[in-house]
Amino acid sequence: MLLEIEDVSLLYGRIQALHGISLTVAEGEIVALIGANGAGKSTTMRAISGIRPIASGAIRFNGEDISKLRADLRVRRGLCQAPEGRGIFPGMTVLENLDMGAYTRRDRAGIAQDLDRVLTLFPRLAERRKQHGGTLSGGEQQMLAVGRALMSRPKLLLLDEPSMGLAPMLIQQIFTIITEINQQGTTILLVEQNAQQALARAHRAYVLETGRIVKAGTGAELLHDPAVKEAYLGVA
Amino acid sequence: MTTVLDKLRSGREAVGERWHHAPRWVRWVLLAALIVFFYALPNKEFYQYLGPIPTPGANFTQVLFTISIYVLLAVGLNIVVGFAGLLDLGYFGFFAVGAYTVAVLTSPSSDIKTLWPWLLVVPIAIGLTMVSGVMLGTPTLRLRGDYLALVTLGFAEMIRIAATSSTFLKGQRGFNQIPHPPGEYADGKPFFGVLDARPYYWLVLTLIILVVIGVRNLTHSRVGRAWISIREDEDAAQLMGVPTFKFKLWAFAAGAAIAGLAGALFAGKQNFVNSQNFELLNSIIILAAVIFGGSGNIVGAIVGGGLVAYMIERFRGIELFGIELYEYRFLFFGLVLVVMMIFRPQGLIPNRRRAAEFKDRRKEVIVGE
Repeated sequence: MLLEIEDVSLLYGRIQALHGISLTVAEGEIVALIGANGAGKSTTMRAISGIRPIASGAIRFNGEDISKLRADLRVRRGLCQAPEGRGIFPGMTVLENLDMGAYTRRDRAGIAQDLDRVLTLFPRLAERRKQHGGTLSGGEQQMLAVGRALMSRPKLLLLDEPSMGLAPMLIQQIFTIITEINQQGTTILLVEQNAQQALARAHRAYVLETGRIVKAGTGAELLHDPAVKEAYLGVA
Repeated sequence: MTTVLDKLRSGREAVGERWHHAPRWVRWVLLAALIVFFYALPNKEFYQYLGPIPTPGANFTQVLFTISIYVLLAVGLNIVVGFAGLLDLGYFGFFAVGAYTVAVLTSPSSDIKTLWPWLLVVPIAIGLTMVSGVMLGTPTLRLRGDYLALVTLGFAEMIRIAATSSTFLKGQRGFNQIPHPPGEYADGKPFFGVLDARPYYWLVLTLIILVVIGVRNLTHSRVGRAWISIREDEDAAQLMGVPTFKFKLWAFAAGAAIAGLAGALFAGKQNFVNSQNFELLNSIIILAAVIFGGSGNIVGAIVGGGLVAYMIERFRGIELFGIELYEYRFLFFGLVLVVMMIFRPQGLIPNRRRAAEFKDRRKEVIVGE
């Protein structure tokens, strides 16, 4: 297993946001985490990337216990997150943002190669390379956030709501790119409110409700599960 | 009204553009001319031709020294506030640590009577200030938000109160006969004397140039990128693998070191240090100067520090309808700041990045509504 989360709880002050969550991600998979607003999806992501400390449980990455490891060191281990929404650097240009993604790396040739790859994946970013991040449209910022995370050449890419606030056409496009990235060999853990798209693309998925995992299965299974259909897909 | 302002704005931006597009040699020549101008400035033979620029109510050379100290402090605080985005309300506290280190170790009125020479104590002062910065930063920089502002504010007050009431730090009586920097003319007269402030000004000016070169190099390195990323979005910086705590602490320590240097220079010039030199207001003035000039931009900090210190001194000796304007200097100062924050919140000469951040934030506010 590339990522193993075992019985993780997390507190925001006195409020318990995660109640003993366990999940796994195997190498090469796309795993989706779906759930309503406030279910604890983004919190799970923060726990994995180390932005919030966990109260109990364990997070293992590549067999190593990283539960107490500093966030920046987790990036060096090969775990990189594209944060939700406006997680890009507004005052830096597109290229500078992408460059920040490679902050932990020193292999210039490899960085240049990955830059090419990202700009091929997102031709739009190539067009805007000199523009400040803050002046991009929502969709472009999202692409930039994903591209920037890829620049760290992660073993596991964490995507927090990559489709949030995007037009339907763009959502399609982003998910196509996510599948493409996965086929190029990057394992992906994806948090989404857009359950339809996420389940259709994911190998496996978990359903999160009020800080607990209530269902798990392959993407196709969950897509046809009556309870999931009713709660998250808007069809009875 | 707005069109006039827009025109002004675009006019200034055009100057910026022209500067950036000017050939390299033109920039170097202009820069050299500017530096020569500032080295020549304290000479009466030169500044008497500058019309209203010299201060009527005070010795212009002395004023220039004060301004140069403020500029050095603004450059240092700009690292903390402008680059790393940490709100430090007690920056002058570090200046006090630097000045008192020199005073205690060199003055004959000190209890320990080490009587070391000034030059030897300067690195000690810088080092101690840096250590005090690290000590203050280690517990507070782990936290986000307003804690740092409060703790730094408290720190500056603690230093001031300790200076006022501890017998070791001599309170109002202070330390006298602090030695001057070394150096003599050919005829044996000391280069750094009591009456002539020019050598001190030149010394500070030279150090400002060196510090600016150092800071510039730092900001163009990985360190600078890390600082900027922390300022723009600390979470995102962490997610990109930037050890944010370490770099915040570095910014804090570097800023403190520069303030320590400024304090040591001040003590060496003044020859006397007591607790009245370190009012809280000074911290606020320097912070205002950095924001006024354009926080995040070295040139902005220099201009801000220089203008603010100059403005305050310029009021000295001017009478209007029988009112001494100097008494009201902070009223004008406050007025200028308010006007500034309304029409140009990013400062006089913001850095381009910073301007983009401001636009982004404004957009967020509009979206939020």
